Amino acid sequence: MATAQTSLPLPVLPEGWSAPSDFKAIGVLSTPNQRNLEPVGPHFLAHARRKRHKRTFSEDERIQAQENVKKVEDEDADDISEPEDPLMLGRDAKDWKGQDHYAVLGLSKHRYRATDSQIKRAHRKKVLRHHPDKRAATGSSEDDSFFKCIQKAFEVLTDPIKRRQFDSVDENANIDPPSKKAASKSVSAFYKLWGPVFESEARFSKTQPVPKLGNDKSSKEEVEEFYNFWFNFESWRSFEYQDEDVPDDTENRDQKRHVERKNNNARKKKKSEDIARLRQLVDDCLAGDERIKKFKKEARAGKDKKRLDREAEERRVVEEAKKAREENEKIVKEKEEAEKAEKVEGKKAKEAAKNAAKKNKRVLKGSVKDANYLLPKGQEVGAKRVDEVLGDVEAVTGRLDNEELAALAGKLIGLKLAEEVGAVWKEEVQRLEEEGKLKLGETKTLGS
Amino acid sequence: MTVEENNGVDPEETLAIGISFGNSNSGIAYTTAEGKAEVIANEEGDRQIPSILSYIGGEEFHGTQAKAQLVRNSQNTVAYFRDYIGKEFESIDPTPCHASAHPQKHDSTVSFSIQDVGADSPHDVSVSEITTRHIRRLASSASDYLGKKVNATVITVPTNFSDAQKEALSKSASSAGVDLLQVIPEPVSAVLAYDARPESKISDKLVVVADFGGTRSDVAVIASRGGMYSILSTAHDYSLGGAQLDNVLIDHFAKEFLKKNKSSSDPRSSPRGLAKLRLEAEATKRALSIGATASLSVESLSDGLDFSSTINRTRYEMLASKVFASFTKLIEEAVRKAELDVLDINEVILSGGTSHTPRIAANLSSLFPPTTTVLSPSTSATAINPSDLAARGAAIQASLIQEFEKEDIEQSSHPMVTVTPHLSRAIGVLVVSENVEKGVFRPLAEAETGVPLRRAGEFAVPRDGGDVIIKICEGISHIKVSKPPAKPKGEKKTNGKAASDDEDDLSDEDESEDEPEDVREKAWKVGNVLAETTIKGVKKGGKVEISVTVNADLTVLVTAREVGGKAGNGVRGRLEKPQVTENGSA
Repeated sequence: MATAQTSLPLPVLPEGWSAPSDFKAIGVLSTPNQRNLEPVGPHFLAHARRKRHKRTFSEDERIQAQENVKKVEDEDADDISEPEDPLMLGRDAKDWKGQDHYAVLGLSKHRYRATDSQIKRAHRKKVLRHHPDKRAATGSSEDDSFFKCIQKAFEVLTDPIKRRQFDSVDENANIDPPSKKAASKSVSAFYKLWGPVFESEARFSKTQPVPKLGNDKSSKEEVEEFYNFWFNFESWRSFEYQDEDVPDDTENRDQKRHVERKNNNARKKKKSEDIARLRQLVDDCLAGDERIKKFKKEARAGKDKKRLDREAEERRVVEEAKKAREENEKIVKEKEEAEKAEKVEGKKAKEAAKNAAKKNKRVLKGSVKDANYLLPKGQEVGAKRVDEVLGDVEAVTGRLDNEELAALAGKLIGLKLAEEVGAVWKEEVQRLEEEGKLKLGETKTLGS
Repeated sequence: MTVEENNGVDPEETLAIGISFGNSNSGIAYTTAEGKAEVIANEEGDRQIPSILSYIGGEEFHGTQAKAQLVRNSQNTVAYFRDYIGKEFESIDPTPCHASAHPQKHDSTVSFSIQDVGADSPHDVSVSEITTRHIRRLASSASDYLGKKVNATVITVPTNFSDAQKEALSKSASSAGVDLLQVIPEPVSAVLAYDARPESKISDKLVVVADFGGTRSDVAVIASRGGMYSILSTAHDYSLGGAQLDNVLIDHFAKEFLKKNKSSSDPRSSPRGLAKLRLEAEATKRALSIGATASLSVESLSDGLDFSSTINRTRYEMLASKVFASFTKLIEEAVRKAELDVLDINEVILSGGTSHTPRIAANLSSLFPPTTTVLSPSTSATAINPSDLAARGAAIQASLIQEFEKEDIEQSSHPMVTVTPHLSRAIGVLVVSENVEKGVFRPLAEAETGVPLRRAGEFAVPRDGGDVIIKICEGISHIKVSKPPAKPKGEKKTNGKAASDDEDDLSDEDESEDEPEDVREKAWKVGNVLAETTIKGVKKGGKVEISVTVNADLTVLVTAREVGGKAGNGVRGRLEKPQVTENGSA
């Protein structure tokens, strides 16, 4: 916090001014305005930190200061606090191929992950401690073999090619695959045990980044990608580091070539062994992977579901067809029955109509007979007259249909007098003549 | 691809850049390991990348190349689309797009009908898709430059960008494969760009940020208090910008052309002629910001006639004086809206491409008192390029928050945190002035400072030391107007005859302004007395340090002690918050 400087002096304390503990609170702040601070800039972030954690200025400053201090310490302490193995300290530098370069520099925790700057710092630290001049000064032995080991380790690890060769055969960085039993103990154990194995193997991959094993929630695509990657794994691992030393004398050329050939063959053999080993490793993992089973099951369930659906659909179609057929039959049957019944009804009605017509005709004939063949009462009725009248009645009734017959019979029933019966007949004849069903004058006896 | 990457990437691997996304031009910037913001030039070497995309022959052009297409392929060239993001078709102003692909209505949002890559016939591409493509091109330019994949960004937008627009922008950015960490206002970004310079000191000041862009102008008055920014007022003009100045030049040169070629038709009447003239006029305008004269030459401007001409800055400034005046007016309006006076303003930051124009800076220098710093290339040697300001600020903000979790950023920018009470009046101490018996107010904390705040100041004591009284009180700033002492105006220019008419103009204005006007100055009126305290027995020539802390609950803590004095020689007191109803310990 910057401190503003003011050159104008403060006023002198007036006489008689006093307050408890020299402080007198008089007023309060005016009502503030509510405004939005723009969430931008380092000072706002500090403000947000204070506000969110409810810290005061001084608290926040203290906490931030502590955090900063810790960072510095961490940086100093990080890499090289490993204890030195006395056995390692006693190593002979001539046998440098057998030494663990990372352990010599105190980087055995980092190994292939160690950055160049870490290696440099580790080397410097070791040199400061093990420099032969220093050892001599402290009065201990002048044996500088471990210092040579350090220099060799530094030489190997700072040369990218040599470092890669050493990393290829750095057994200490390997993580052994878990046993089947251990991995199948629980769902999480599988991922916990196999995950680091693949992470350590991934260092040999030519393509980076390498897909991770994931967990039981990984999608099918992710799992497939993972196994596809590992089955097509391209490794830069090589085994030059374990070569036998090639004799350097020019005299025995055959011997030299022999060793070279031997080395080459050994490299090839080791390489193919390594590929087979990795293959086996992935196979083992795949065999124990519950996710593959799960996906297969899901796929099968999917297929089964399709089949079941199809069958159900077929069944449904068959049933529907059956139903439709039955329905049809039922309708046809009903229709037939109805027709039959109708026929019977029709016959009955016809007969009844016939009977009624006969009866009506009888009534008609009877009516003229009762009315003394339309002659005045008491008058003799000749056989000729009877024939004529009956003949006319026949002629009229023959032209009438059943309903008209019934109507006419209705009108005539109960009438006995010749005039009345005659009038009805006359009316009927006239109607028929008008309609043209009866020729004018055809029925002489009934018409007039 | 992008989703997977974003999920898989550790927070350390977030590489965030700042993007200033303008209607006319965009800029990209990153922060170096030393914490300095650097603006990135794209593949074509442009730091100002035109926000234009053009499609021709199944290819997408971006930036300057796309801008060149405005002449021949205007219907397939999308420009000035920033303001349409997240807006409904009914509420947009399509004027700037007159000479490029026209905005169309598309499901209530805006789209452009263009001949897209891989399509046979023109079809609608929504403005959000255009934005995605634009951001993707910017991010890939930055990735190429930095050699690492850029996957996060902070984008600057005008202050009146709505939440819906920010949301739409965020969606567009994430479809382009970059995570939009935060959207920050352009003027605040500009202030941050200046404050983040290693040589700048954080102080309490009132800043006017004038952002004069290509098609619109925005002014914001910002209270910068200890590095925290509160916007006090804003003013916008959507039809004022560099395009207006271009139009002045276009009209001038078109008239010139017609004068030379009497029989020719007006180049402004054909779209192609106008587009050519516009491109060249813009280049000429830029040249006039740097040199005193500039030339313009267009091949086959109208009826196959070539045209070339020159213009000098004075002439240009005369022609554009009206436009220049409206820039000044806009700033005056913003200051008035903040209920402030030009005398209150400590700093004027000119931002945006149009701010390169020397005349605008000169006008502002005369508007504001000499105590006000006008930060523009022509008035200050240390000024940052106005075109880069927003991008730089965004890059600094990006570097600050790229390590943060998304949640952290959201929480920090939540209104719960950002909305704070700001002092309505300054808090300060009464000191003795040279001549007046009465005390003079010296502010410790200025008005419009957000709480919690802490300010401290060192004060001298009377010559002989002894007991002093410290009166903490509120101060009200006002403008004191007094008659000027009868004093002739400084020496007149004797070589006025030789000077150009521009200078005559200037001196004329100066005279007419100064003579009748009263002297106006900023003064303090003492308001409420908050507390009195005392330090006894201060050594001769000693100093007293007074610090005022206002807590979030508006209680005030006052401490005073003698600098370098005995450990015990200090007082500490506490003031209750306003409208105390609850009890509190004193």
